[in-house]
Amino acid sequence: MTPALHHYLIVSALLFSLGLLGVVTRRSLLIIYMSLELMLNAANLALVAFSRFNNHLDGQVMVFFIITVAAAEVAVGLALIVAIFRRRQTTHVEDLATLKL
Amino acid sequence: METALFYILAALAVLSALLVVANPFSRNPVTSAMFLVLTMVSLTGLFVLLHAFFLAAVQILVYAGAVMVLFLFVIMLLDLKEEERRRVRWTGLAAGLISVGTILTIFVLRLGEFEAGASAAPTLEGQTPELGRLLFERYLLPLEIVGVLLLVAMVGVVLLSKKELK
Repeated sequence: MTPALHHYLIVSALLFSLGLLGVVTRRSLLIIYMSLELMLNAANLALVAFSRFNNHLDGQVMVFFIITVAAAEVAVGLALIVAIFRRRQTTHVEDLATLKL
Repeated sequence: METALFYILAALAVLSALLVVANPFSRNPVTSAMFLVLTMVSLTGLFVLLHAFFLAAVQILVYAGAVMVLFLFVIMLLDLKEEERRRVRWTGLAAGLISVGTILTIFVLRLGEFEAGASAAPTLEGQTPELGRLLFERYLLPLEIVGVLLLVAMVGVVLLSKKELK
């Protein structure tokens, strides 16, 4: 029996949940950021699986755009983290509870 | 063969994702980053199993290459020591676990409904020329917008990395 659509979707759901767990429970900005990447990748896997099993290439185009936007997002986010660290010497979210720099 | 590969890659992806988020052995961010690379690589394997060869190559190049190098660069630039252990806030942890459990339950319940229907034999191959044609014909405007987005991101990063934020 070759793996069907729902096998891929279950893997995707598990990865997404793990990413969400990381975002909600971890306290380090960088780990939270990595968990966000994990969630994006889970969505990518679901889209590619749908694209394959529905005989439509549009899903793969969507994944292409998601990867591009994620790359831009990582660059800007990490620059923000570096700027915050320069100012406050911490990346622990509980030390960053105020809007004031 | 394909089934065995699927199960190996899926187990590897989920296991290394777990080690990214909750590693019982090490709190070092570098360890998390390395396991994230492992997750990306096993996802690439799954893409190959789905015959999305172009996306598999892009995933390795962009994620495992560029993005993770950027992550490691920042981790080493900030010189983060082990994340110090602070008192775990049980309310926060409980809220997180409950929300994750709810979402997972909804996913799995919905999946059970079409288990029989949508599993028809796939015929689509990962046709890279087809993908390129689609990208430059029907999705031309989004492609241009993404290009502008990358430019804006680049300018923003250069501005943010200046010493004086004015």
